[in-house]
Amino acid sequence: MEKFTSIKGIAATMLNKSGNQLSLMMNIDTDMIIPKQFLKTIKRSGLGKNLFDEMRYDMNGNEIESFILNKHPFTKAKILIAGKNFGCGSSREHAPWSILDFGIKVIIAPSFADIFFNNCFKNGILPIKLSEDKINLLVDDSMKGIEFEVNLIDQLIIIKDKELPFEVDEINKDCLVKGLDDIGSTLERSSFIDEYEKITLDNFVWRNPVKD
Amino acid sequence: MSEPKTIYNKIWESHLVYEDNNDCLLYIDRHLIHEVTSPQAFEGLRMSNRTVRKPLNALAVADHNIPTTDRSKGIGDQESELQIQTLEDNCNEFGIQYIKTSDKRQGIVHIIGPEQGFTLPGLTIVCGDSHTSTHGAFGALAHGIGTSEVEHVLATQTLIQKKAKNFKVTINGKCNENVTAKDLALSVIGAIGTAGGTGYVIEYAGEAVRSLSIEGRMTLCNLTIEAGARAGLIAPDEKTFEYLKDRPMAPKGEDWDRAVEYWKTLPSDEGAKYDKSIEIDATNLSPLVTWGTSPEDVISIDGNIPKLEDIEDDSKRSAVKRSLDYMDLIPGSPIKGVEIDRVFIGSCTNGRIEDLREAASVVEGKKVSSNVVAMVVPGSGLVKEQAEKEGLDKIFLNAGFEWREPGCSMCLAMNADKLSPKERCASTSNRNFEGRQGREGRTHLVSPSMAAAAAIKGCLTDVRELTN
Ligand code: SF4
Repeated sequence: MEKFTSIKGIAATMLNKSGNQLSLMMNIDTDMIIPKQFLKTIKRSGLGKNLFDEMRYDMNGNEIESFILNKHPFTKAKILIAGKNFGCGSSREHAPWSILDFGIKVIIAPSFADIFFNNCFKNGILPIKLSEDKINLLVDDSMKGIEFEVNLIDQLIIIKDKELPFEVDEINKDCLVKGLDDIGSTLERSSFIDEYEKITLDNFVWRNPVKD
Repeated sequence: MSEPKTIYNKIWESHLVYEDNNDCLLYIDRHLIHEVTSPQAFEGLRMSNRTVRKPLNALAVADHNIPTTDRSKGIGDQESELQIQTLEDNCNEFGIQYIKTSDKRQGIVHIIGPEQGFTLPGLTIVCGDSHTSTHGAFGALAHGIGTSEVEHVLATQTLIQKKAKNFKVTINGKCNENVTAKDLALSVIGAIGTAGGTGYVIEYAGEAVRSLSIEGRMTLCNLTIEAGARAGLIAPDEKTFEYLKDRPMAPKGEDWDRAVEYWKTLPSDEGAKYDKSIEIDATNLSPLVTWGTSPEDVISIDGNIPKLEDIEDDSKRSAVKRSLDYMDLIPGSPIKGVEIDRVFIGSCTNGRIEDLREAASVVEGKKVSSNVVAMVVPGSGLVKEQAEKEGLDKIFLNAGFEWREPGCSMCLAMNADKLSPKERCASTSNRNFEGRQGREGRTHLVSPSMAAAAAIKGCLTDVRELTN
């Protein structure tokens, strides 16, 4: 996995309209992020063009101009800003794969669904939880296409002369910063797994599957 | 005496391989695998020259993208075919038990796990599918994982986990007739919201939960993920043991006795602490239906679609506006009587034998409305076989339903079963998201008996008006 220390780029904000009022789009589910017709692939790559497919393209496959990721300069966005409960629904890792393949490395939202949140870290994406009030401070600059810097080492979002700190769990941070492979590090502890299995086998025989 | 514990804490502690502050390694007993979320995991193993640590602890089946029409001549769609073939090849290469598409045990992973006795109380169970929460109905800690974690479990039989918090949902009282586990689940989601359970494991308790059949408990736990919690749990009891006894992959003889003895120690201890608790009263609950594009958008069948001006929160109001535009519904109008085009009875939420019986009892002797296309997709080959033995297929076919081969089908519409744009569907599945059942399709989540009633009437309807 690529190491993540700091990135610079512009941020696209997903908004909903009700009358004249714009607000952060909430409950963006993984079906929206990558619709099921793209889950038939046996590869991880190449999904970026189908990110938010049904919001991004019309029935004939033409780009819908008003959709944020179709608008210059947001076609090159590296940061995505959205409302609460981002990534709810299906556990499909195709969602973070398509986000990453599009070029987005950071997602900022008030809250995330558990499985999606985990999946991000496994793929080198940084999901940042910020309160809605704080996110609202970012929206204007994002809409203007001003460059953001997200510095994971110092845990700061930097825009011009503004700095906004964010929290991240130590283990997750370490994993991103070092670009660690989880499986590799778990295998280094395989003696613990061996021992656990020995005890289980002796005491809980029924926990082993019965071969049909 | 040691501190009283919740069932979640008991299972968690008995599966800890390693713990260092927040860094926990949890042992995984069972791994269910399907075609959509596994190919990249096996590919990852091959690329790093790794093997599967315990192939016998995994069970694989294709369910998500297979057609529900006759499959004897192949799958049809090339991409789906390749994905299914890849699953079979991967299982052969790594020595994992694979249930072929031609096997009568084939079906939706979350239905065949319990059917085969692969799912047991007190175990940790994972699958690259969010509705793995289903297996919590047996008192197992079961949750969905992503593909990277599928690979991690294959290679190490463990997961790196953080402990969740305990959330107790007590459902008191008895359900009225025609109010089912699906309605209980929707009412919980309506009460706490789709993010209400995030970071928690939900334990269900109370009279209404205890009196549910095992099938009903599976429906309730299945929908837990729609409330944001990765796992739902119901303490095992005699019903659980009776359901599992003599299942092909369940323990036998002395092992069985020892297992039951252990399972009896699993229920949460008296006085165990929960981080959050709510109580719900089942007594006055009516059958429910969703009006929007999130499972929390739920109302009673005799209720009205919300009015925008009644919603105070700005982002919620704009979300509701978007939903109602998408669903093409009039704010403030009754939900009952909204005309539908399709009915789907099936999925891991409501594709079990009890669900089909419930729907068939409404359908019997009646005809599907002429403006509706309705289909029943049994959750597994064994469910289909049992239903046919009971003559349920005849009831559905005579009424004008289609009777299909098992699979996920129109729950996620990865195969040919999908809504056309703007079509409206009464569905027993679990997600009413935009585009879930087909681009621009409109989904109303309901119980099997409510779906059956909608098929007969041609509109969203109160099943009690048909059965009383
Ligand atoms: S039936 Fe639906 S929810 Fe269940 S496993 Fe299949 S696609 Fe997922």
